[in-house]
Amino acid sequence: MAGLVQRNPRFSKLNDDDVRYFEGILGAKNVVQDEDKLVAANIDWMHKYKGSSRLLLQPKTTEQVSQILKYCDSRSLAVVPQGGNTGLVGGSVPVFDEVIVSLSSMNKIISFDKVSGILVCEAGCILENIISFLDNEGFIMPLDLGAKGSCQIGGNVSTNAGGLRLVRYGSLHGNVLGVEAVLANGTVLDMLKTLRKDNTGYDLKHLFIGSEGSLGIVTKVSILTPPKLSSVNVAFLACKDYSSCQKLLQEAKRKLGEILSAFEFLDGQSMNLVLNHLEGARNPLPTLHDYYVLIETTGSDESSDKQKLEAFLLGSMENELISDGVLAQDINQASSFWHLREGISEALMRAGAVYKYDLSIPVEQMYNLVEEMRSRLGNTANVIGYGHLGDSNLHLNISTPQYDDKILSQIEPFVYEWTSKHRGSISAEHGVGLMKANEIFYSKSGETVQLMASIKNLLDPNHILNPYKVLPRSLIS
Amino acid sequence: MTMKIMVAIKRVVDYAVKIRVNPDKTGVVTQNVKMSMNPFCEIALEEALRIRESGSASEVVAVTIGPSHSVDTLRTGLAMGADRGIHVDYSASLYPLSVAKILTKLVQIENPGLLILGKQAIDDDCNQTGQMIAGLLNWPQGTFASKVVLDKEKQVATVDREVADGIETVCLNLPAVITTDLRLNQPRYATLPNIMKAKSKPIKKFTPEELNVEIKSDLEIVQVTEPPKRKAGVVVSSVDELIDKLKHEANVI
Repeated sequence: MAGLVQRNPRFSKLNDDDVRYFEGILGAKNVVQDEDKLVAANIDWMHKYKGSSRLLLQPKTTEQVSQILKYCDSRSLAVVPQGGNTGLVGGSVPVFDEVIVSLSSMNKIISFDKVSGILVCEAGCILENIISFLDNEGFIMPLDLGAKGSCQIGGNVSTNAGGLRLVRYGSLHGNVLGVEAVLANGTVLDMLKTLRKDNTGYDLKHLFIGSEGSLGIVTKVSILTPPKLSSVNVAFLACKDYSSCQKLLQEAKRKLGEILSAFEFLDGQSMNLVLNHLEGARNPLPTLHDYYVLIETTGSDESSDKQKLEAFLLGSMENELISDGVLAQDINQASSFWHLREGISEALMRAGAVYKYDLSIPVEQMYNLVEEMRSRLGNTANVIGYGHLGDSNLHLNISTPQYDDKILSQIEPFVYEWTSKHRGSISAEHGVGLMKANEIFYSKSGETVQLMASIKNLLDPNHILNPYKVLPRSLIS
Repeated sequence: MTMKIMVAIKRVVDYAVKIRVNPDKTGVVTQNVKMSMNPFCEIALEEALRIRESGSASEVVAVTIGPSHSVDTLRTGLAMGADRGIHVDYSASLYPLSVAKILTKLVQIENPGLLILGKQAIDDDCNQTGQMIAGLLNWPQGTFASKVVLDKEKQVATVDREVADGIETVCLNLPAVITTDLRLNQPRYATLPNIMKAKSKPIKKFTPEELNVEIKSDLEIVQVTEPPKRKAGVVVSSVDELIDKLKHEANVI
């Protein structure tokens, strides 16, 4: 990937004085030059994007982040902010020799208000740790995703991560109430409000939700968390065709209404992959099918929720929208159903090379793309489709034994053109990163991208923050 | 042959729920907590269903004892495939000997060739009921079963038992009591068609009085407390320091 991009010569190269300066701010222990430790921070978890940074900084406070950025800005040292490094578009690793600023040491929960459910914490908190903290308090995160064990809330906010519960709780633009961010010149923006309503001027926190660290580094966040409801049910269902999955979604929205908390789908190819490559995966149904849907409900009354869900499922069976299905009888069974859906990414990794596309496409047309891609690639690749059907979000994945430019040229730009033609988005929830920076025009008008570049110029005039990413390289150099 | 298998199932706090002791330390909090079938009971039921499916038995009867909500768990058992259910309605605390006496009465009514139970329930961890029933009925018992083979002709069950230092194989003449260990099988899920069918399967209701069982206990729960919290670890700076700590603080070497 980096082969297509040139290092921007305006950036300085790191020298010993720089390292000494950082040691002065952070202490020698938090200035990492050790080769082995740098290897992990230089490469993304898919092993697709690899940088060659020689320095990893681990600040513990916002003040330290501010000092780091102020210095880097004055020295024209490029910076890549890094959280759990679980991104899928090459946004969280250096492209060349950018200084890595890891937020991992800023992992404290600052406050939690049990009345309002508002949590304030530092950016480096691991999502799963926040989830278990809240669980003890009787609350949940409005955000849950497969990478929860490693990903950090700062990264989630910076990339506007979507995930499994978006259909119920909405996006982070709604759930994040406040942000503290550090600009490239070291200015600390305190927008760490804990108010649900605040119409005073421009709501600038939104600039830092989803801008992938290109406008500033998010150091603290405040989030509105919903109370944990006691009754959770999970059903794993089989459908005979894609159109049944769609109709089932429409029905579920009407009949399950307020208790519907997830509606996920995977095709037969995804299921095969999981069963073959994921440890502990087991088909919950007696036979294999072409399409599967996972439905989760969350509510406050065990018996009425279950009754509602059972009535819906049995009715859908009679209408032949569902051809078979299982309903989890305990939490363990529910997790094993989720494991099948959440484990697809991991199974893909084990199966070899993978080209990942995360697209928003109107539900009716969504699966046509998978089928067209399948016929384009024939036997050369395993094309699988899964995703958040409830949010019109398709994860199109193409699995091959190894990365191959010939296959890539069959996929791109076809996949982007197709998506653009159907008025979809080439990045539903993964972000743009390095992977799609030049492709942003497929989803955004020229005028819009131009304004984005102006905002970038205003907040980061020297372009030191997460360079080569998010915006097309023709506009930012 | 028309052998019947009886399986006892218990509704307990879900295996995956974090248990909390109630403030007066008399038990654990069960209100607003997810309740499910005891995992060992699921294994017992699965084994019974497999035996029936292999043709060695003709009917599986699931039995539960507890308050009215226990019927939900019984329905899960019916949805897994049990043919019919028996619910003994009782709301107060129960101890293994009382449970064993009730089940003994039900065995005398139903005359199964095999009674399968979980080796223990994950809530009280007693691990006594199966053994007590075998005693009360004077039946042979195969406890902690990790493998069960039924010989229809000879009316014998061969049971592999997980004991401390390996596997012990015992042969039991039927009728017999078997209690199941974790590795015996992997229970099936309740499919929608079976959940639908389960709704119309019969559940017979009894009270302990109707079975002439007087429930009393010679046990009294004095106090329930949480296990001590695990202390956070420390990073040692050298091997010498580690050895010193193991010797003088942990007292393990």
